[in-house]
Parts: sequence; C-alpha cells; structure tokens
Amino acid sequence: MALAADGGGGMTDDVAVLGAGMHPWGKWGRGFAVYGTAAARAALADAGLDRRDIGSIVGADTVRGGYPGYVAGATFAKALGWQGARVTSVYAACASGAQAIGTARAQILAGLSDVVLVIGADSAPKGFFRPAGGDRPDDPDWLRFRVLGATNPAYFGLYARRRMAMHGDTVDDFARVKVKNATAGALNPNARYRKRVTAEEVAASAVVADPLRLLDICATSDGGAALVLSSMAFARRHGATDPVRIRAVSTITPRYPNTVLDLPDIATDSAVAVEPTGETFRASIVRAAYDEAGTGPEDLSLAEVYDLSTALELQWYEDLGLCGEGEAAKLLRDGATTLGGRIPVNASGGLASFGEAVPAQAIAQVCELTWQLRGGAGDRQVAGARVGISANQGLFGHGSAVIAVR
Amino acid sequence: MSRTRTPVVAGWFTGEGDEFRLVGTRCSACRSVFFPREDVFCRNPGCEGGDLVAVSLSGRGRIWSYTDTRYRPPSPYVTNPELPWEPYALIAVELEAERIVVLGQAVPGVTVADLAVGMEVEVVPGVLSEDTETIWTTWHWRPTGVAV
Repeated sequence: MALAADGGGGMTDDVAVLGAGMHPWGKWGRGFAVYGTAAARAALADAGLDRRDIGSIVGADTVRGGYPGYVAGATFAKALGWQGARVTSVYAACASGAQAIGTARAQILAGLSDVVLVIGADSAPKGFFRPAGGDRPDDPDWLRFRVLGATNPAYFGLYARRRMAMHGDTVDDFARVKVKNATAGALNPNARYRKRVTAEEVAASAVVADPLRLLDICATSDGGAALVLSSMAFARRHGATDPVRIRAVSTITPRYPNTVLDLPDIATDSAVAVEPTGETFRASIVRAAYDEAGTGPEDLSLAEVYDLSTALELQWYEDLGLCGEGEAAKLLRDGATTLGGRIPVNASGGLASFGEAVPAQAIAQVCELTWQLRGGAGDRQVAGARVGISANQGLFGHGSAVIAVR
Repeated sequence: MSRTRTPVVAGWFTGEGDEFRLVGTRCSACRSVFFPREDVFCRNPGCEGGDLVAVSLSGRGRIWSYTDTRYRPPSPYVTNPELPWEPYALIAVELEAERIVVLGQAVPGVTVADLAVGMEVEVVPGVLSEDTETIWTTWHWRPTGVAV
C-alpha cells in the first residue's frame, strides 16, 4: 500500500515518534527507576526536547519494585524533576509497554497533550519469576505455582512440544532461532548477551522444561526503555518533517472461548457452548493491528516479536501471517527471517539477546522499530525499512502489537 | 495422631479410586463448562447468565501437550530443600465432551519419555505434598492402562 509522506490521505491517526532511548539490558543490581530515568533522558535528548516540554508522562508499572513500581509514572516524573505534567501508570504484564504507548497515543489523538513521554523499566530477580507473596487461592498466578509448580518455562515447553507434534518442528529448528537472534544481538550495544551462539552450545545447555533448554528460554533482565511521542502537528512545528509514525496499537483481549492454554491459567475456556472463531488470540492481536493500520504482512519490512522461547518465535511467524500454519520452521531454515532475509525478525537480537525486562520490553521493541525505520540501526540495519511491527502477549489476556511506519 | 487428607484447593475434585473426578461448574442457561470452577457469573459474553451448578468432568482425555520441570519451582510450590530435586511431568489434557484443556501433574514415575501428544490419559487421585499434620491431595494424569 502507499503511505502518504505527510501522514495525510485520511491517515489522521498517526502519532510521531520524536525520540527513543534505552538503558542497556543486563543484571546491574540497581533500582528500576534508575534505568527508566536514564532511558527517558536518552529519549528526550534524541528528540531534542527539554523535560519541561513534556505535557504527559506514562509509566509502565513493574510488580518487582514495591510501591514505586505500582506508580511508575509518578516515580519517573519525580526522578526527572516534577514539572506539573499529566501522569499515568499502567500495568498489563508483558504488554505493559504497549498499553503505555496506547495510552500516550490516545492522549495525543484526543488533544489532551501534544508531547508524551512513555517509560518502562524493571529490575529483575534471579531465577524463575514467582507470584506475589501470601496465600491467595483466588489468584490464578498463585494457584499454578502452588498446585502445579508450573513456571513460565513449563508453559513454553508445552507450546514447543505441541508444535513438534502438530507441525514437525524439531529441537534443531528451535536452536536455529537462538543462533539467528544471538547473531543479531551481538551487533546491538543495548543487548545483554552480545556473544554469538552455536547450535551445539544450545544443544549442550541443560533442559529446563522438556523439550526446551536453557538457551531456548529468555532470561530475566534489568533494563529501561523510553519513547517521546507527539502529535504530527507538534512534530512539524518541532522541525521533524518525516518522523517515524505509530500507525496502530493493538491492546485487545482474547475472545471467549480462548482455546489455547495461556499463562497463568490451569485450563482453557470450554468451547462446548460457543464455537471458537478459529483465530487464536495471538493471531487476533496482530490482525487488529493490521486492520487499524490498513496494512498486512506483505507490507512489512521487519518484525520484533516476543521470543520468550525459541519455539514461540516460530509461532509468531504464523500469527503474523509471514507464512502459513506449520510453515514457520521452513521460513526460518530458508533464511527469510534472518538479517538480510526477506522479512527479518528480531533484528534487535530479541529477548534471546536481551532477556526480559517486563514493562520495558514492548517499549524496547518500538525503540528498535524506530531506529530501523530511521535507517539508524548500524550493523543490524534492515535495508530500506518502511513498515515494522512489534508483537507480544501479556499474562492474563493482554494483547500487544504496534505498527510503525515511515 | 493421624494426619488429615486435605485437597490443595477445596471443591476442585471429588471421589475415590475409579470414581475420582475433577469438578467444575456448568451454566444452567448456556451449558458452558468452567474449570477451575466459576461460582458467581457465567463468562460466556453471549449468555444472560444462569445458575452455575457443580459438574464432574470426564475422567479421560487425550494429551494436548506435555513438558516437565527439571528445576525446583519457586514457592508457593512446596518442596523439601533437603532432598535432591526429582523432576515431574506436566500434562495438558483435552477433554472431548467439555472441549476444554486442563493442566495437571503426571502420576509419579511417568516421565516425558512415556508420553505423546494424542495419548489417552485418565484422572486419578494424587498427593501433592505432605507435612506433619496434613497430606495435601491433588489430581494427577495417568496414561490409561498403567498400574498405580
């Protein structure tokens, strides 16, 4: 499809990305506010704006930082210096960053604010994520640990085994995803893991949740990411004549009945009374974004997807419509999703190279899209990138997809 | 003093031996089934809502997928840190009549090497953990035809 250079032609729903910034991912042992504030300052510098130009701050919450984490917007606003901006804090598990971007966009499109600063950051514990403390038998997240000991990797293992049974994926295919993403991540200064990985190293790592090994599963990381978003009119006044624009933000829920077992549930919905649509939740997240942007998989230059596990990255290929159902491993083997291929996926290195910093991750995905669409991604640049999508899914039924264009 | 046998969650399963079943609820208006049980409102968005009545789920189903836990899960999963970690398998089972997939632990001794997607399994009573006063009971999935 043709993209109007001025954002016109009825496409009035764009917002401009004026700035993107990150604090490198790692295990730095500091508070989340430090990473978020550093990322915000980097995004402001990238935008060429002063903190006092910001009309609104939207923070993506973390559940691991105590009370300041639940009011992340205000925590970041204070750290950046109170200046009377509108403040919002949102939480949607892994989709928190997309909700923060969606909230900022809504404020801009509603005319409530010209320039919004979006920030997410996390300081992650070592080992498995675990539920909040106390006995809470009405909390599905508590129940799956108490009753089943079902960690996040256990769910990733279920999805991986299902793909092997249904589509013939192999553990070698999964390892190939890690090799691809590690190769890209080695080129990314913000990535936590910057070493190339071989298939042999994946195969030699310990099994965590059969059939997945340690190097198939993303780590948990510290990190921070931020974006400065504005109205197209503000961008023009600011001298940004051809900024990256956000054209769609999908933050939808599943439809009843949701027939794929999702974190943190012990069971799916029953399909006995209502016939499922045949479109999985993940596919519907992406379709909602395509519909909103008036675009489709054939228009994409690149995609950033949530590779919580290597096998999940393959699932996303199909959910994005990059190939038919069951064809993801072939798409990977053919090199289509590698840097230099037809549709590079996770040119940033993905979660395989970053580890997950929950509320920052979906924002970091859009930082990567921004740099790629500007042509500023250095050694990992996707040539001629014009349309990018990020896709992700948060616990408890949170869709997350962003389409950015230039 | 003998220890009490207490379900790890009240109201999720019932019966002994061959009569052991998972218990969910069914909406009397739209017939939707819920597990874990919904006791207040039907979650079918197209249903005006009816009484939610307890219902036993099918005792047998087929494996949707499976995995295992090679590392000790964190609290609130209860383990004895004094003992070496023994992995167990987790099985997601599709119940045909209810058109639902329910996750559970495999019976002890069954490993992923014994399992395949599509294999028939049955629900059986199991023990999750034991302490000085209580034996915490749960449900396990067991490939059909395998002795306890």
